Amino acid sequence: MNHTNTLTPNRFDVCMNQLLSAFDPKNWAKQMIVPIIAILVFLMLWSAGARQVHTSLGAFPGPTKVWEQAIALWEEHKVEQKKAAAFYQRLQKRIDKAIAAGKPEAKIERLRQRKYTGNETFIDQIVTSLITVSTGFLLASLIAIPIGIVIGMNNTLYSAFNPIIQLLKPVSPLAWLPLVTMVVSAVYVSSDPLFSKSFLTSAITVTLCCLWPTIINTSVGVAGVNKDLINVSRVLRLGWLTKTLKIVLPSSIPMMFTGLRLSLGIGWMVLIAAEMLAQNPGLGKFVWDEFQNGSSNSLARIMVAVIVIGFIGFLLDRGMLSLQKIISWDKHAILR
Amino acid sequence: MTPILKTDNQSSISKKYRSVLRKGILALSACALLNSGLLAQPASAAVGEPEKEDLKFGFIKLTDMAPLAIAYEKEFFEDEGLYVSLEAQANWKVLLDGVIDGRLDGAHMLAGQPLAATIGYGTKAHIITPFSMDLNGNAITVSNEIWKQMKPNIPKLADGRPKHPIGAQYLKPVVDKYKAEGKPFKMGMVFPVSTHNYELRYWLAAGGLNPGYYAPEKGDTSGTLKADVLLSVTPPPQMPSTLEAGTIYGYCVGEPWNQQAVFKGIGVPVITDYEIWKDNPEKVFGMTKEFTDKYPNTTIHIVKALLRAAKWLDENNDANRPEAVKILAQPNYVGADYDVIANSMTGTFEYEKGDKRKLPDFNVFFRYYATYPYYSDAVWYLTQMRRWGQIAEYKPDSWYMDIAKKVYRSDIYEKAAKELIAEGKMKVSEFPNFAKETGYRKPQTQFIDGITYDGTQPNKYLQQLPIGLKGKDKI
Repeated sequence: MNHTNTLTPNRFDVCMNQLLSAFDPKNWAKQMIVPIIAILVFLMLWSAGARQVHTSLGAFPGPTKVWEQAIALWEEHKVEQKKAAAFYQRLQKRIDKAIAAGKPEAKIERLRQRKYTGNETFIDQIVTSLITVSTGFLLASLIAIPIGIVIGMNNTLYSAFNPIIQLLKPVSPLAWLPLVTMVVSAVYVSSDPLFSKSFLTSAITVTLCCLWPTIINTSVGVAGVNKDLINVSRVLRLGWLTKTLKIVLPSSIPMMFTGLRLSLGIGWMVLIAAEMLAQNPGLGKFVWDEFQNGSSNSLARIMVAVIVIGFIGFLLDRGMLSLQKIISWDKHAILR
Repeated sequence: MTPILKTDNQSSISKKYRSVLRKGILALSACALLNSGLLAQPASAAVGEPEKEDLKFGFIKLTDMAPLAIAYEKEFFEDEGLYVSLEAQANWKVLLDGVIDGRLDGAHMLAGQPLAATIGYGTKAHIITPFSMDLNGNAITVSNEIWKQMKPNIPKLADGRPKHPIGAQYLKPVVDKYKAEGKPFKMGMVFPVSTHNYELRYWLAAGGLNPGYYAPEKGDTSGTLKADVLLSVTPPPQMPSTLEAGTIYGYCVGEPWNQQAVFKGIGVPVITDYEIWKDNPEKVFGMTKEFTDKYPNTTIHIVKALLRAAKWLDENNDANRPEAVKILAQPNYVGADYDVIANSMTGTFEYEKGDKRKLPDFNVFFRYYATYPYYSDAVWYLTQMRRWGQIAEYKPDSWYMDIAKKVYRSDIYEKAAKELIAEGKMKVSEFPNFAKETGYRKPQTQFIDGITYDGTQPNKYLQQLPIGLKGKDKI
């Protein structure tokens, strides 16, 4: 194209610069001072306000109680890991005894395969939630992006799909859940399932709810491709696939990613509700169980979960943003 | 074999001495071998290895799931070669469905659930139980409002505290007042075939209040026909908040939900089921008949582990209870505060705030043969189902006894108990005399209204009860 001199930065350099600038302390200080002050003010207001609210489970937890419970949850995780280690030691003794007694090989093999049957700790539940939301989100994206592209490029298909999309978009996950549960129970029948039913129910509910922003935003992005670029493709007589890959997709990336970010945000919210009802062993179930327990620590523990949920949602969003920055062709666009 | 003594110049006396010594040593080692049990086999063959080792059991967050928690934490399940995971269920319906459709291999169940499922009230499934998990353990709590209105009528002890047991006749004036004002008097229990439902109804009927009838053949399963007090279902953990919200004025539930109401200051327990019917059967461990037929050895191993757990809970006059409470306070078991659970499990029970009374048998897990599945217990629950109309028609005495035999499997219990005795882990005296046991307790007299219950004559018993269907009555 134009004769570039060797000093023009290529894509790789641009990416690296952006990544490094994120870790530059000078940038940090400037960007972080105001937010940190805001957070401190929020904590003080929370602490003062919490003491005024009296529930039947004691005063509403302030930041100190929540911090104590966060530590307690971490300690419980470590205790459970110790219990698991003790279990495996006992198991090893049993295996040795069985070998010495000359038990059949099949039985010894079964003993070796044994897993600890202990409880999910808070950390395990975070991991389960992340896996479930990723599954649901990826499934949704795989379905939504192709549909969005196709209906964005074709008006007839758009008029065909649009009513259905508008009808299904506002449906709450809590309304989907019973239907999904019944279908999964009926269809997913297996004596040794790879995925548990609650996992599938939660993941599918997440998929059903976070399809819509991606479809809509992708179709808008695709339909809104600059007319000049379409004319260029006509002039060059580009094939349909080349046109799609080289012109339509790159120019609709910003809108597509907006859709994906919205979808992930909605998916994470839906997941917590779906887990509460489907009893998938993740953060939603943790909140529900703590509420049912009604111990004097329950409110503080639920607050810990709320903060962790918010924090993870924030990280997921930032993750998508960084992904967008890497993939997007327009490095100078302002992305919030 | 090297001789013990020098052999160079053996005299005949030392030879004799050596041979006697050798014979003695042989005899002693033979005795030791026999006593170690290696050669001593019981008359029946020992139970084989479990067929299914990975098991999932369900429970509801109540303190009487303790045998399951202890059997897990104290490794009794592992000793039997079972690898168990315990899963809390959202409510009794989810738990029952879980066992019926095979998601759970067994569960902590209300004594009425296996019976109701087998006779087809609710989802039909043949569920059996070989193990009774505990006696007593429930209480009836009313809101502060209601207690304020009840208290003046209740006779007092010398120190001013209310005289216990408090019958429902002291609730009657309050209910009548509400009815006169047009306000329905609502109370909660945990499940239509729960022990709580039948105990609450028994208590209300004994005080002259009608708790309502069921008419399943007419499609009415609300249980509120002709009722003075309307009873509805609420899952146990949600009872205190429902009471607080004012949706119900009282409830009958297991622990820790009554003591929780005291700690939160939202209600007052008025009576425990120990005072309604002394040493009544409460929870059982239920499995489908399919499971026990397919995995007979596994079933026996499960009962063995549970028996050991039950014994541990009552051992040395309840010495282990504090440790049990600590385990139950973990969030994955019951999760309530240690103090709330300890209030009812360590020998006391708190009624009005500050009025703590001695009640060492509030929870009984093992003593008084609590774990034996008596047919008479099953028959009592069936009679109450008939009394309130859940069983719509007259049934002859033989029907009650047949159902009890089908559901309460003392034969499995016997095998497990004998196995534990043979292993030396339990004593013969800790079990009923199996050779003589008929499964029917002696007629029981310690009910709050003084009526005697003889399990061998259910229809005669129904005739004696003041309120309720009798004989060929129909709604």
